[in-house]
Amino acid sequence: MALATQHPGLRWLPYSLAGAAIFLAVWSLLPQAGIVPSALLPSPMAVGKTFFELTQEPFAGYTIQQHLLSSFIRFASGFGLAAAIGVPLGLLMGWYRWLDRAVAPIFETIRFIAPIAWLPFAVLWFGTGIGGPILIIFSGAFPACLINAYRGARLTQGFLIEAAETLGAKPRHIITEVVMPSALPSIVAGLRIGAGVGWQSLIGAELIVVSSGVGYLMVQGQGNLATEKVMAGMVAIGCVGVLIDVALRAAERHFRRFEQA
Amino acid sequence: MSSIRFERISRTFRVGGQLVPALADIDLHVDEREFVAIVGPSGCGKTTLLRMAAGLDHPTSGRVLVGGRPVTGPGPDRAVVFQQFALFPWKTIRDNIGFGLKCTGVSRAQREPIVERYLKVMGLDGHGDAYPHQLSGGMQQRVALARSYALEPEVLLMDEPFGALDAQTRIDMQEELIRLSRVHPRTVLFITHSVDEAVYLADRVVAMDRRPGRVREIMDIAQIRRSEKWGELPVEEVMDLESFNHLRTRIWRLLRRGDGEASGHGVVDNPPLRTQPAQKTKLRRAQ
Repeated sequence: MALATQHPGLRWLPYSLAGAAIFLAVWSLLPQAGIVPSALLPSPMAVGKTFFELTQEPFAGYTIQQHLLSSFIRFASGFGLAAAIGVPLGLLMGWYRWLDRAVAPIFETIRFIAPIAWLPFAVLWFGTGIGGPILIIFSGAFPACLINAYRGARLTQGFLIEAAETLGAKPRHIITEVVMPSALPSIVAGLRIGAGVGWQSLIGAELIVVSSGVGYLMVQGQGNLATEKVMAGMVAIGCVGVLIDVALRAAERHFRRFEQA
Repeated sequence: MSSIRFERISRTFRVGGQLVPALADIDLHVDEREFVAIVGPSGCGKTTLLRMAAGLDHPTSGRVLVGGRPVTGPGPDRAVVFQQFALFPWKTIRDNIGFGLKCTGVSRAQREPIVERYLKVMGLDGHGDAYPHQLSGGMQQRVALARSYALEPEVLLMDEPFGALDAQTRIDMQEELIRLSRVHPRTVLFITHSVDEAVYLADRVVAMDRRPGRVREIMDIAQIRRSEKWGELPVEEVMDLESFNHLRTRIWRLLRRGDGEASGHGVVDNPPLRTQPAQKTKLRRAQ
């Protein structure tokens, strides 16, 4: 088949579909056969139906699209900030030994603090404003952004740097035109990891500090014992997470196109 | 003012806590617009010598002067052509060639005609928008040459620039280099494993010993080259000349003799093939 030869990945599509089908079947059977009470585990059908309803009727103030949008805006701000600071700082630390030595000890200690551990301070400093969730996403995404930019910079091939130096490149040229492009695949890999952690931490933050967003929707659902709403929120989180990753993976492929050289 | 002078150069490396002398007491000069090739076994320090002129390495004692000034670091007045080409894989051919100009503050509008000219000179027309990995090894090295030439440096430092090319391409590039050096004479320091290449290209050939690296002998062949008009002949014709073969054999004997004294075998990477000179260039660096 032309489609299958053009997209060799399609060969495995039946297996992916079968896996999903089995997962959904087991999930439906558990509550239906009475093994698990349906109040504790809503069936996929119920979750799907609720999901559709949430797109039509506001719950906890907004429709699920609006909740997702406000979550995504928080995510984008926090993640953007983490990338905007983490990537350049990582590159510079890879280039300037003194900066590496100055920042590394503090950074290495702070990065082991789980993002959610910042919650008390997020509340204390920002109340229920947008600053709290941003702080939490930032602390989730920042380490991966920085570490991978740093590693990418350190792995820049020495002879390319030497070639640039003999061509009259000053440190700023070397950083922007040699080290950064050379580190790009690693940077994008870091952004992917950072985005994943950031998106996860965001939901954690929304469970507690805000009054809109998917996390908030889930907490409200939990309060009403509407497990299918909670589950619908989880589905939405998963789907948006996949979309973010797909977008960054496409970017990664784009930047890896020189690697066959 | 673009001569290169190595004055009483010594260089020791620290290997596993031990000091290993790599170069000892090197006195060498390359006059303005002279082409000097250094041949010698692996580990004789010839690349280290070139890197010192480039400002990428520094002598333990002694000093390196280029154009009368001590070398303190790398700079665009001394272009380096590397064996592994060292092109920027994420830049187009055009941007690779223009990179040095960009770094030295030449505006885009001024860069363009220069880049176009060197695309043409190097036979790279129509490849300006390609990326390095899309070109063959020979063409990539042409890009590297163009990138160096675009800065119009007075000094060219070439570290086995054709070592990674196949025999045919290598010979083409050697002819190319001869042609270029007629049009744009430069001070050239050329490192090679190939005695043929050194004799074919250089005004003077420096034969080096190793452990520690020392200058064994310097052979002046500028006179013969000029009187027999080597520069105007194809490579195979030059390699067929009695004078060429005589020089080649003499250098091989020198290098072998040094070898015999030191360890008895295998110092020179490219063993001589006396009967078929043209094939010898097929023997590539083992690394």
